[in-house]
Amino acid sequence: MNQQALTTVLFLSVVALTVGITFWASRQTKTAADFYSGGRSFSGFQNGLAIGGDYMSAASFLGISGAIAIYGYDGFLYSIGFLVAWLVALLLVAEMLRNAGRYTMADQLAFRMRQRPIRTAASVSTVVVSIFYLLAQMVGAGTLVALLLGVDPNNNFIKNIVIVGVGLLMIFYVVVGGMKGTTYVQITKAVLLMLGSALIVVLVMAKFDFNISKLLGEAADNSGKGEAFLQPGLQYGATLTSQIDFLSLGIALVLGTAGLPHILIRFYTVPTARDARKSVLWAIGLIGAFYLMTLVLGFGAAALLDTSEGSTVGGNSNLASPLLAEAVGGGDGSTGGAILLALISAVAFATILAVVAGLTLASSSSVAHDLYRGVIKKDKPVTEKDEVRVARISAFVIGGVAIVLAIPAQRLNIAFLVALAFAVAASANLPAILFNMFWKRFNTRGATWSIYGGLITCVGLVLLSPVASGAPTSLFPDSDWAIFPLNNPGIVSIPAGFLLGIIGTLSKRETNSEKLYAELEVRALTGAGAEGASQH
Amino acid sequence: MADTPDGSYREASAPIYEDLQRTEEFQRLRSRYRGFVIPWTVAFLVWYLTYVALSNWAPGFMNTQVVGHINVALVFGLLQFVTTFGIAWLYAVYSQRNFDPLASELNDRFDRAAASAAGPDALRKEDDR
Repeated sequence: MNQQALTTVLFLSVVALTVGITFWASRQTKTAADFYSGGRSFSGFQNGLAIGGDYMSAASFLGISGAIAIYGYDGFLYSIGFLVAWLVALLLVAEMLRNAGRYTMADQLAFRMRQRPIRTAASVSTVVVSIFYLLAQMVGAGTLVALLLGVDPNNNFIKNIVIVGVGLLMIFYVVVGGMKGTTYVQITKAVLLMLGSALIVVLVMAKFDFNISKLLGEAADNSGKGEAFLQPGLQYGATLTSQIDFLSLGIALVLGTAGLPHILIRFYTVPTARDARKSVLWAIGLIGAFYLMTLVLGFGAAALLDTSEGSTVGGNSNLASPLLAEAVGGGDGSTGGAILLALISAVAFATILAVVAGLTLASSSSVAHDLYRGVIKKDKPVTEKDEVRVARISAFVIGGVAIVLAIPAQRLNIAFLVALAFAVAASANLPAILFNMFWKRFNTRGATWSIYGGLITCVGLVLLSPVASGAPTSLFPDSDWAIFPLNNPGIVSIPAGFLLGIIGTLSKRETNSEKLYAELEVRALTGAGAEGASQH
Repeated sequence: MADTPDGSYREASAPIYEDLQRTEEFQRLRSRYRGFVIPWTVAFLVWYLTYVALSNWAPGFMNTQVVGHINVALVFGLLQFVTTFGIAWLYAVYSQRNFDPLASELNDRFDRAAASAAGPDALRKEDDR
């Protein structure tokens, strides 16, 4: 069997496995709590794995190792931001959110704010963040699958078919399996990803006698850049603007995680706040171990593969990990190489599927629970069945929108789309979440100003930056209206989100918000009255 | 949770929450919680931003070789991993010892009050299960 046939078989096995899991999970999904939060019955360890599965996207697995393979040390800087960010989630967000909310990010704010404006705002930002992130994953899936199956990378027809296929699968996971199905898909993926990466890491390290310094030395030599390859600055060090851009990216990465809606709703899937804490602790262990492995994968690829301009990896750095697997398995044409390449490609595919399912679930839950139940049907009672039906319809609509947008978005850089999702999450969501928990005076006006303000500042600055126009790599390279010099807006938009929250709050007094803070605070810190696990 | 899906606020909360908030145990829980998380958050953010800033603006220091091809930048990066694991572990131990007993004591008090109080409002928690 040739390598492409083997890859195809393994891809189909991943699809069959996840589809089977979803059907199995669907038989246990009856109530709204089952659909949105898996009945809140997962253990801390299970949820820790699922968080890892939700978080370690193809952008990390393929993107970071690829960035290290090309830019050396600067690629490593990403993973540090992505990891340290989990301390914000652990210390400030996970447990209190678990106690105060129910199904969506908005619940925790709606606890003491005026329902309609706050649910609308939170839902808008949930959908925007999730769509940016979804686009990144789907564009990545198209490129990756086309290349791994040996299709011409410029053949857009095949890529579009892959995007549609991935889109239909993610709709299926969410509509049929709900949170239970999605969680098990994420757990499966996390296990596959950790085992697959560990296997390649051991094989790489064996080639260098398990000596890190030797690996680094050969990576530096083979890269053709010498010791500079092991030092910061290759990607970002050129000018003061690019250095500030890097600082801006670093801030968005570290503050974005705790504002990502698909991560936040994972805290609702466990029975108590203590389990939420345990799941974050497991997630930190897993994610940390994973990023340490990407370090070896990236430098391993730099040491063992041709990464010069014009080479396969030089042209598409996302292929560094899969081609590294082929190299340590015996190289191009060997059976071992073919098996490992197919295996790692299938793992990467599973990675994409698990992340897009989580994103689709987060946004369709918010549309059904916040917009439909909270805003549209404001005066009429909504049955659970009705609400879940709307959530399933929303999954179709959001999945469809993502497919339609992903096809023209193929020109956009994947790492940039991910960084933008983090920047929006940090600017629009995090300020409102933190103020709501820690500041009694905080109110509806402050929350909506900070959400809309953070969102508009962030997206607006990107539109005025070289990402949109004025540079050869821009979306519109032939025009130039760029007046904001940075590609990463976080350094301005995150403070703007916090500041607008403060100004909005201080400009209006809402005594009801302040009165309800007693209940929010007691509940968040003690769990008194919090939602329990559903019993079947 | 009976979140009222209308244009205004949720219905007013049960008075039990305000009583609990005034207890000495809750005040202690809150000050212990904030006393831990706020300084540690400031600490790890400053530590992380120091690392980012040094990567940008202190190449001489970061490029110093420590052993073989391992330089200060790599050691500093790996130290970020160590401190992240360390602070997470510290929080796990500290919260279990200092927050959890107070939280469950207050939670029990809430359950007893809810069970003895008349009226559906106080029993909301039970209804939802």
